Amino acid sequence: MKYVLFGVACVVLVLAFVFGSSYYKGQQAEKYGFLAQENAELFVRDHSQTLGSDDAKVYLVEFMDPACETCAAFAPFIKKIMADNPGKIKLVLRYAPFHDGAEYFVKILEASRKQGKYWETLDIMFKSQPYWASHSNPQPQRIWEFLPRVGLDIEQLKKDMNDPAIIKIIEQDLADAKTLNVQKTPGYFANGKPLQNFGYKQLHQLIQSELNANYPN
Amino acid sequence: MSQSEQAAKANWTLLFLCWLLASVSTTISVFFSSVLDYTPCVLCWYQRICLFPLVLILAVGLFPFDKSVVKYAFPLAIAGGLTALYHTLLYGGVIPANLQPCSQGVSCTEKYIELFGFVSIPMLSFFAFSTIIALLIILKRRTS
Repeated sequence: MKYVLFGVACVVLVLAFVFGSSYYKGQQAEKYGFLAQENAELFVRDHSQTLGSDDAKVYLVEFMDPACETCAAFAPFIKKIMADNPGKIKLVLRYAPFHDGAEYFVKILEASRKQGKYWETLDIMFKSQPYWASHSNPQPQRIWEFLPRVGLDIEQLKKDMNDPAIIKIIEQDLADAKTLNVQKTPGYFANGKPLQNFGYKQLHQLIQSELNANYPN
Repeated sequence: MSQSEQAAKANWTLLFLCWLLASVSTTISVFFSSVLDYTPCVLCWYQRICLFPLVLILAVGLFPFDKSVVKYAFPLAIAGGLTALYHTLLYGGVIPANLQPCSQGVSCTEKYIELFGFVSIPMLSFFAFSTIIALLIILKRRTS
């Protein structure tokens, strides 16, 4: 009898947790679906950097931080999914520089955009990340050892970095991240639907379900 | 049923309620942090450190019933209860915020939920710990 009571209590608690979380996630998905319809600009601002065809029907919005290891780890994965589905996916990058000092790297990125080398710079940033973004010993200045490889005009870049417009972009993106409850990077939304459980497989499934819905054949 | 059997049954039920309270609190705590994504602040972590082991320690004391479980559970409950009391006062503004130990990460006075307009997470924690303490004291009196 005592064992039964104890066992039932355990099962009830576990079930309450599981149902509670699935209920909450369902509610969140609905809420963001609604936000995506009513407030598309929350996901894509005019200043947002995008990659892929404008005719793409699947918009993958990524809130990222240049100093975030997981963002760097996901970059090749996203590239591959986009290459596997040419013209169907449009990647929208938003900034959520949560790491200390990460805004510095957003400034470099935005400045490189003026020289038309945004994606190349992001690529080299992610690849050289272990050298400058170590958690125990961050050395942001070391990024400058790698940037010349992209073929950037470094002097111009250093001037452009201080453009106050970049600060505005970061503030806007952080405000949108807050509205969309993005607390960790990378935060993904496919056509407004948030990635609920984090992982490569889950992200692939989320994108695939949007692809299937928008490209039935 | 003899009187001593009845008393033994009541004692077991008391301990079970204690365990149930600790388990419900743990479930809610984990729900807040991993489902609702409320990041626990430093003080929350100290309370969690005291709360989570209670689930296991009290469960061990249930099968078979062991009255000495009170001795092991009590220090955890007291430490958790004191931290919760401090946290509640800090949160309510009774203790000035510049005394708080959290300078990085989440502020310990960050407001996440306010049930019925005034019940905060630190208050829930304080309620849980003080009830557990009260139950343990009753159990101790009954068994010694």
